[in-house]
Amino acid sequence: MNRRDFLKRSALAAAGTAVAASSAGVVAFAASESEAGVFTEAERTTLLKMARQIYPHDKLEDTYYAKVVNVLAGDAAKDPDLAKLLKDGVANLNQVAGGDFASLSPDKQIEALKKIETTPFFQKVRSTETVALYNNPEVWKVFGYPGPSFPIGGYLHHGFNDLKWLPDPPESASPKPA
Amino acid sequence: MAKYDLNDDSVVVIIGSGAGGGTLANELCQKSFKVVLLEAGKRQSSATFHNDEWFAFNQLAWLDKRTTSGTWRVAKDFPNLPAWICKTVGGTTTHWAGASLRLQEHEFKAKTTYSGVNGANLLDWPLTLAELEPYYAKAENKMGVTRTNDIPGLPGNNNFKVMYNGATKVGYKTVHTGRMAINSRPRDDRSSCWQLGFCFQGCKSGAKWSTLYTEIPKAEKTGKLDLRTQSQVLQIQHDDNGKATGVLYADKNGNHNVQRARIVCVAGNSIETPRLLLNSHSSKFPNGLANSSGQVGKNYMRHTTGSVYAIFKEPVHMYRGTVMAGIIQDESIHDPKRGFAGGFEMETISLGLPFTAAFLNPGAWGRDYARQMEGFNNMAGMWIVGEDMPQESNAVTLHPSEKDQFGLPIPNVHYDDHPNDVAMRNYAYKQGAAVYEAVGAVETIQTPPYPSTHNLGTARMSEKPSDGVCNKYGQTHDIKNLFISDGSQFTTGGGENPTLTIVTLAIRQADYIAGESTKRNL
Repeated sequence: MNRRDFLKRSALAAAGTAVAASSAGVVAFAASESEAGVFTEAERTTLLKMARQIYPHDKLEDTYYAKVVNVLAGDAAKDPDLAKLLKDGVANLNQVAGGDFASLSPDKQIEALKKIETTPFFQKVRSTETVALYNNPEVWKVFGYPGPSFPIGGYLHHGFNDLKWLPDPPESASPKPA
Repeated sequence: MAKYDLNDDSVVVIIGSGAGGGTLANELCQKSFKVVLLEAGKRQSSATFHNDEWFAFNQLAWLDKRTTSGTWRVAKDFPNLPAWICKTVGGTTTHWAGASLRLQEHEFKAKTTYSGVNGANLLDWPLTLAELEPYYAKAENKMGVTRTNDIPGLPGNNNFKVMYNGATKVGYKTVHTGRMAINSRPRDDRSSCWQLGFCFQGCKSGAKWSTLYTEIPKAEKTGKLDLRTQSQVLQIQHDDNGKATGVLYADKNGNHNVQRARIVCVAGNSIETPRLLLNSHSSKFPNGLANSSGQVGKNYMRHTTGSVYAIFKEPVHMYRGTVMAGIIQDESIHDPKRGFAGGFEMETISLGLPFTAAFLNPGAWGRDYARQMEGFNNMAGMWIVGEDMPQESNAVTLHPSEKDQFGLPIPNVHYDDHPNDVAMRNYAYKQGAAVYEAVGAVETIQTPPYPSTHNLGTARMSEKPSDGVCNKYGQTHDIKNLFISDGSQFTTGGGENPTLTIVTLAIRQADYIAGESTKRNL
């Protein structure tokens, strides 16, 4: 998949988030990633650290969380209300964190996030991240999820029943493949 | 393909092309009826389906705004997505997993069998299992259901191996790879299952039955079907005598047309069907069409669902192969000693990584959640499908202020869990966890209900016109040439996946329409 296709897919994915997770309603917007504008470098850093603490995976590099910030930035670039929500949210998070959320220890960051977890700001970042992080084929690779199986002809000859740590059920319960 | 004139009042108009509408269209075309099939969505195919959860969701799901209310957790987690159903040719048969179970005899007699459940608006179906059996047989043959018609069961995948071993260890006896409308052998010009693992995203092998590539092309072949896609019906119209005369619909260019009809059949699934009846109110029928009972939109049911996922030390790769790869049926009985009326099925379920993230525990975040996600490859899963209690207050109603793109009120879906539903779900969670713990689960997770895929009961069948909307053939009590042709007809939900019964009722309804037409009663 080339980058253009990937961007298109993440746009669809973000629209999916809006449908599945937004309490504000079904929002038919086309998201796109952006690294420019909208956020200051400090705001980007805060959002990146926040994204990591929401779904903290040691095995994921910062680049995957940076992509979440890029999706937020792309959405915010098209929606001034969202930009304000996110920028005000970052400022509030820093305030709750005693000045600089990004410089805190992970435990203290979690403490600060717990104080704001019911806010629309937190919910927006979390729901966007649910898709922007876990719908990334690069992240799938790290998790060992292969994505589409049609290109290999499905799992019929690729391990759909290869589990060995339990006995096979009898054929009456689970007939052999044709 | 046929093309009928808008003024041709000899056609049967069917609204919706899913399990009910798509089947009915084919059955009527085979009997030489002229059929106009109006489908709100676009036409896809196995070639245009994607093995990609979010892409497919956006491609197939009904995403028009709906609102929710009530104590059900879906209202909190997915306030604008009460149901996960489809707006596309083939309807939700593109998305369904294929489980094809007959309702049991006692499930047709819920009022009699479960007598005395407080607050439940129970009613016996106006028909019996015996009456439906010949039609169930036709439906199973049509759909190619495994373990019927000498069709072998599907081979079980890893997710089923875990379920089977756990289930038999805790003493369950009826555990197998299910009765599935998925080809285990090539049949009906469709291939056998490739074990793709993307049943919910539209089957790219075509092994899973869907009206999209079975009933609808067969109907087209008769030359009798006029399928109009991206055509959403806004109103059912009637004359001074209260007889349906046709439908107003918006076509793909946004133009409003009136298609005249001799018979109108509504199969928009249990949210859009009552919404359309309610939105079709007139001076003659101020409370909506076919609503003299006041039951249109009421008794909304969605099955007492929930999932149990378990994480093991060793890999499972649950996403490989059919999503509903097997079933435990021992709890699908009525045994009040368990603390609730009715029963439930336990069926394997799997999600890919993107949807596991979205649905495993909606709203959750932090280290525990991340750790569970890291167990993805070692996860097994099952879905609980149990009978929920009909309640008059659980209802699809018209939103008092919000309108859709056509200026019509959007639907609100209100659902409060009945105490019986809660008791059943909690018991099922416990049993599901026991199954997995018996084979060494490190952790079990109780996943709350997804947006509803089994939407039922909002235009229910009843013996008496005062108790429901339609008779045992789906013919509305009030308007004899207006039929309900989807799961909205269900008097009660039973504890079985509903598609087989919807198809069965559609086949039977077609026979009835043909018979009544011959007798000149229609």
